[in-house]
Amino acid sequence: MAKVLMKGNEAIAEAALRAGAEGYFCYPITPQTEVAEYLSKRMSEVGGMFLQGESELAVANMLFGAASTGKRVFTTSSSPGISLMQEAISYMAGAELPAVIINIMRGGPGLGGILPAQADYFQAVKGGGHGDYRTLVLAPSTVQEAVDLTMLCFHLAQKYRNPVMMIGDGMIGQMMEAVEFPESYEEPPLPSPDEWAATGARNRKARIIKSLFLDPVGLENNVLILEKKYQQMIREEVRCESYKISAKNKILIVAYGTMARICQTAIDELEADGVSVGLFRPISLYPFPEKEILREATRKNIKSVLTIEMSMAQMMEDVERAIQGRRPVHFYGRSGGIVPTPEEVKEQVHKLLSAKRHSSKKKS
Amino acid sequence: MAVDSKTIFDRPVALRDVVTHYCPGCTHGVIHRLVSEALDELGLRERTCGVAPVGCSVLCYNYFDTDFMEAPHGRAPALATGFKRMRPEMIVFTYQGDGDLASIGMGEIVHAANRGEKFTTIFVNNAIYGMTGGQMAPTTLSGQITTTCPAGRDTSHTGQPIRVAELLSALVTPGYIERVAVHTPAHILNAKKAIRKAFTLQRDNKCYTLVEVLSTCPTNWGNTPGEAVEWLDENMIKYFPLGCYKDYVEPEGS
Amino acid sequence: MSQYEVTFAGFGGQGIMTAGQLLAYAGIEEDKQVAWIPSYGPEMRGGTAYCTVVISDIRIGSPIISNPQCACVFNRPSFDKFTPLVKSGGLVIVNSSLIDVTTDRTDVDEILVPANEIAMKAGNAKAANVAVLGAFIGATGVVSFDTIKRIIKVKMAHKKAVLEINYHMLDEGRKLALKTLGKKAKG
Ligand SMILES: Cc1ncc(C[n+]2csc(CCOP(=O)(O)OP(=O)(O)O)c2C)c(N)n1
Ligand code: SF4
Repeated sequence: MAKVLMKGNEAIAEAALRAGAEGYFCYPITPQTEVAEYLSKRMSEVGGMFLQGESELAVANMLFGAASTGKRVFTTSSSPGISLMQEAISYMAGAELPAVIINIMRGGPGLGGILPAQADYFQAVKGGGHGDYRTLVLAPSTVQEAVDLTMLCFHLAQKYRNPVMMIGDGMIGQMMEAVEFPESYEEPPLPSPDEWAATGARNRKARIIKSLFLDPVGLENNVLILEKKYQQMIREEVRCESYKISAKNKILIVAYGTMARICQTAIDELEADGVSVGLFRPISLYPFPEKEILREATRKNIKSVLTIEMSMAQMMEDVERAIQGRRPVHFYGRSGGIVPTPEEVKEQVHKLLSAKRHSSKKKS
Repeated sequence: MAVDSKTIFDRPVALRDVVTHYCPGCTHGVIHRLVSEALDELGLRERTCGVAPVGCSVLCYNYFDTDFMEAPHGRAPALATGFKRMRPEMIVFTYQGDGDLASIGMGEIVHAANRGEKFTTIFVNNAIYGMTGGQMAPTTLSGQITTTCPAGRDTSHTGQPIRVAELLSALVTPGYIERVAVHTPAHILNAKKAIRKAFTLQRDNKCYTLVEVLSTCPTNWGNTPGEAVEWLDENMIKYFPLGCYKDYVEPEGS
Repeated sequence: MSQYEVTFAGFGGQGIMTAGQLLAYAGIEEDKQVAWIPSYGPEMRGGTAYCTVVISDIRIGSPIISNPQCACVFNRPSFDKFTPLVKSGGLVIVNSSLIDVTTDRTDVDEILVPANEIAMKAGNAKAANVAVLGAFIGATGVVSFDTIKRIIKVKMAHKKAVLEINYHMLDEGRKLALKTLGKKAKG
């Protein structure tokens, strides 16, 4: 199919349809409302369900109900709305339901602002609701990748029968880039939802979709079943990308989403000035590419790791955990909807390099 | 001979002397003025705390010269409840749009009204989500075009628009609930009376009070300020009849 | 050219976003990488609107462009905000119908396009943005005129009369650009 110019939000909406989404539940919130506006037209064209609910709390629970039918369903929102959805996400994880939740993040806490941010990292990756559960979390850095990952989300949700999140900042939602949709959508075989969905107890025992286990042994069992899936995710779903990582790098930058692209530009410009820096970009945030980061960060010439975020040292905690103290991990970030520029990134790199020169001088 | 000058029209003290961010022809500003006048006239400004919603009027704390809290979307009645319960001597009002009050905040408003919380709600019904750019609201009229019902609201899919004044009036707990409009001078005078009455009842510690105000949103209705006034007059009042839906009655034997 | 960045800025309603999108579509048509990055947020209500278009032969990195090679400014606040940001050696295209000053920067080229006047004369006040677009393409050659004409035909002008006006606007803009830059080269 030919390339088309699309806003991230609209591309996500279209990608969901191409991945077989049959139901979409929403509540307006900037900067993702275009997904809802797009689907308010398109869903009826493809015979799917579009419903604007009364709140994100309701919407997420509509998703819970819709997911129980075994159909592919999703919602999109932005930070304050995603907070309201945490209850249902926890319940869906407990009841082993597949659902896709997309967060086009804006600055917080509280009502915050509407400009791009990555400040919901902890919420997404560490489980924003209560209980022993995880959501699989993917983070695109271009509109095309938002399309590809949206489609992947639907597959992974079914594969693991677990809520899957995609988090992009407001920039990904609002910017337009050329995108290409696959001619046809193919995915590896999946267990049929008929095996577990509530479809009516015809010729089989009645099924109960639930997360209540009053007997602690039963509850622990359920948690262990979930845990087994999370271990499988760690084995099979780590995704990441590296950019200009080489033996010459003295510094390794770790960044995701839009922030990673900004770092790419900075790295290109630094290279032109004779400074060699590599970029490691996690695409899956849960499971986090721990081994992969450790491998790149402990290359011989790398002196330190610089984590750059549009939030306050949230992902940095995972980077530190992955690196296990074997390299110093530094942080730079902006918050509140301010996006660090390539110039700021370069300045941080220069600062680190000159600090190192000073300290090595001292030693000698 | 010196000419005596007498001020016959001035800015209420409870309204700051600032330029608002509201679009031309939006009646949020008129409603702000009426609330401020009522607070001035009743001498309540200095013991008032307002609760701002999430919506176009989220910044109303910059316009009212009273203490203010900013609530999460729809939760203003819960904040007002907590506040008023702890400081019953204060005057508390929530200022909420139709998305804020009748969609995401429907739970909070029903229970606050039903508990008879002694605060005042100014409910601004403009039949659309203004702030987020014109999506369907629970009060959007049948057939009305918005960005999430581009073919016009289909009530077989989304239900009929919610009449908040009527709905809340069905509660048994005593209260005062009236629907007014502000698109003509005569309507403005009536609206002022209702708002003043609500604050008077609150001051006297009588009951929960709510004034629903039909308001314009030319920007998202896609018309001029003049056309918006006409549209409101021709379409909204028919479906949302003006009047007092529930009046406060002194309990017997008091 | 490996990468070109241009910011279009003005009031909401001046066709700023559309001008940027037309250029982005043209970029795709010529098999280039493109990104169209809008301003979004409360400042859109009655305030300035702007978008940046990046057209590149290679994968586009940062969507945050602090210093574009060109700024096309449609009103005074945008002139004040964006002219100082243009890269040294870059270009400023000024809608001189609404902006009565010129830049005192000597390290950038400046093209004055009385876009509103040209558009009024042509009988479609809304087409002012296309004159500026014409000047931009004329001055930089980032995409070809054939391409942008095709895009305009497909994306906006379904009526023949409207199409003619838009083509005329493109041409007027281009002529002004060539004249301005040509003169400069000689002087
Ligand atoms: C939890 C949450 N969901 C959604 C939003 C986005 N949002 C901001 S204002 C608004 C609706 C405002 O509409 P209304 O209450 O009718 O007031 P108006 O702007 O029309 O005055 C929404 C949905 C939000 N801020 N928080
Ligand atoms: S968008 Fe509508 S409600 Fe909001 S300020 Fe403008 S006219 Fe008023």
